[in-house]
Amino acid sequence: MTTTGFLPTIAASPFLSVFLWIVLILAAMYLARNPFHRCMASFSLIIRNSLRLFAASVKSAEKRLNDRNRDVLLSAGRQHAERCVEREFERISTAVQRNMEGYPQLQRRLNESLVKLDEDYRNSVEIPQTLPDWVKVIKAIASIRPASDPVVGNMLEDIHQTISEQHIKALEQYRTEASKRHAILNKMLPLWRGMKKTLGSLEKSLSDLNFRAKRIDRYIDNYEQIREQTDTAMGTLSSSSLTQFFISGAVLMVALGGAIINFNLIALPMSEMVGGASYIGPYKTSNIAGLVIICLEICTGIFLMESLRITRLFPIIGSMDDRMRMMLFWMALTLLTILAGVESTLAFMRDRIAADMEALRQSLAGVTPGSVAGSIIPTVGQMVMGFILPFILTFVAIPLESFVASARTILGLIAAWMLRCLAFILRLTGHLGYYVGRLTINVYDLAIFPALWLEGIVSRRLFRTHTRDNAQDTEETVGSGSITSVDPLVENKEMAK
Amino acid sequence: MKPFRFWIIGLLILSSGCTHQSNHSKGVYMLLDTSGTYAVELNKARSIINYLLGTLQPGDTMAVGRIDTGSFSEKDIVAKVTFDARPSMANNQKRVFQQKVRKFVTGVRKSSYTDISGGMLQAIEYLNEAGSGNKYILIFSDLKEDLAKGYVRDVPFALSGFHVIALNVTKLRADNQDPKKYLSRVEDWREKTEKGGGTWRVINDLERLDNLL
Repeated sequence: MTTTGFLPTIAASPFLSVFLWIVLILAAMYLARNPFHRCMASFSLIIRNSLRLFAASVKSAEKRLNDRNRDVLLSAGRQHAERCVEREFERISTAVQRNMEGYPQLQRRLNESLVKLDEDYRNSVEIPQTLPDWVKVIKAIASIRPASDPVVGNMLEDIHQTISEQHIKALEQYRTEASKRHAILNKMLPLWRGMKKTLGSLEKSLSDLNFRAKRIDRYIDNYEQIREQTDTAMGTLSSSSLTQFFISGAVLMVALGGAIINFNLIALPMSEMVGGASYIGPYKTSNIAGLVIICLEICTGIFLMESLRITRLFPIIGSMDDRMRMMLFWMALTLLTILAGVESTLAFMRDRIAADMEALRQSLAGVTPGSVAGSIIPTVGQMVMGFILPFILTFVAIPLESFVASARTILGLIAAWMLRCLAFILRLTGHLGYYVGRLTINVYDLAIFPALWLEGIVSRRLFRTHTRDNAQDTEETVGSGSITSVDPLVENKEMAK
Repeated sequence: MKPFRFWIIGLLILSSGCTHQSNHSKGVYMLLDTSGTYAVELNKARSIINYLLGTLQPGDTMAVGRIDTGSFSEKDIVAKVTFDARPSMANNQKRVFQQKVRKFVTGVRKSSYTDISGGMLQAIEYLNEAGSGNKYILIFSDLKEDLAKGYVRDVPFALSGFHVIALNVTKLRADNQDPKKYLSRVEDWREKTEKGGGTWRVINDLERLDNLL
């Protein structure tokens, strides 16, 4: 028989039995009070200190990860800036080389133009007509006084007529010479225009060089900022990395769609080649073969892009000498073309098999096979798609490179954030454990408050009987009862320190 | 040494992955009841066979056997085929199979007795020999066994790994009068199948063949 279901009865009355049990339990708890306090305080401190230690370790790992992320980001940014500067220098070099190659020709052309202009200028100078000697004779004759002699008059009339004719001739000659000079000047006009054009192109080249130089200045500024590890550079790089991650991820998803379509084009005819009954694991061998072909196409495309130095996923390819690199390029292009041809053939075969299967299904269903439209457009369409898709998949290398590069940073940031959260949770749990321990101690004291109250009464009596000095050393009065002033948490804290 | 060990472990995992080839092929043996009371239903069986031909893949096995007076015989196999791995060849085989079944159904002779157990034994033997990964025995019958005198069929079925599906189990006139007969008949066959280690299903609505295999 029990009193409350699990405690044995120790008195005749159940009420008395329960009461006695409560008294006994309270007495036991009162006696175990100090050890319990110490034990609970130690336990809560263990939880708090161990979790704080763990949190500190996680925080340290987060710091290391952040440093690594920073290094990765800066390294990527530095590489990008270097690549930009390199490309600009290459462009400038190409432009300068091109212009310098043409410079001697330009100079010669200008010299020729100048010589011709000078010559024309000289030719176009107006030369004053020399007066003929007979003008002096005429002057002398003209100074003869007019007389009534008609011979003289006739002679003068003849002279006047001759002179007038000469004047007309001289005027005509002058006009002819002037028109010749104008023609020379007219010829000079295209030369001036040509020179103007040449000088204009020179100016354009120089302004282009100036523009590129300014751009290089900007890149160099960025590079300097990255080298100095400024916050602005870090912010820009992080933002750029995040943008790259999402954009390249979206493009890769589109490429994945293309790969799936490609796979569907070749999966069925592959079963005709490798058999449709064999499996590797849970997957059909024909499906795996189709997938392998697509993966090979993507790999070949990546090598093609690498050999063109468009991407830099494999530095060893980029660092090859140009002859080897071009050889690799042609090999990759040939392989890709062969694979595209194979895929196109498979697409054709797929169309035939699908048509055969459809005919069989109709036959099995008891439906008379309808007359086939006979259009070759779907077949040709499939073949063209089969040929083009491998080349389109080649361009996957570009977003793939961006994705891989930005994923390092993004994953690092996510991992750092998770570590930060973990450290926070650990610290929070540690503090919770500590305060739960204190709460438990207080609840324990609350549960045995009758015993503490009695202890207070007894202490007060002892306080009256004993000397005041001895009593004040160890006890202090709290409320109606009294408790010892020893705080186990403080003791343990000191121990922990 | 450590990297070398990793390489070996990696190669072992890779090789085990590559050589793991589970048998995914299906083997279907369909028993057609040609007894007098059931022979009229054979046209339905033809449509089921056509459905199966459309469903089965290259590498699968299919056979159609007749249930007559003594069905435990190779002579009772109407048509049998293991489809080629190439889909185009498999399609041609399906066409030939279809022709054989059509010929059989149009010229079938009604049998006096119904030896379902013999047909089951023949089906088990054939499918075990074919070595299919998933074995199905389809019984197109009313499940009313009627053995001729002298035929003993108290051999237990070894049906481990087999799926037995009863199709179009028609109700006889006596079943209509006392449904317990029909239920006990179906229950007997379920018991025999499950005792042999196989699974048992009944499909009477032939419009619901989607999940037949």
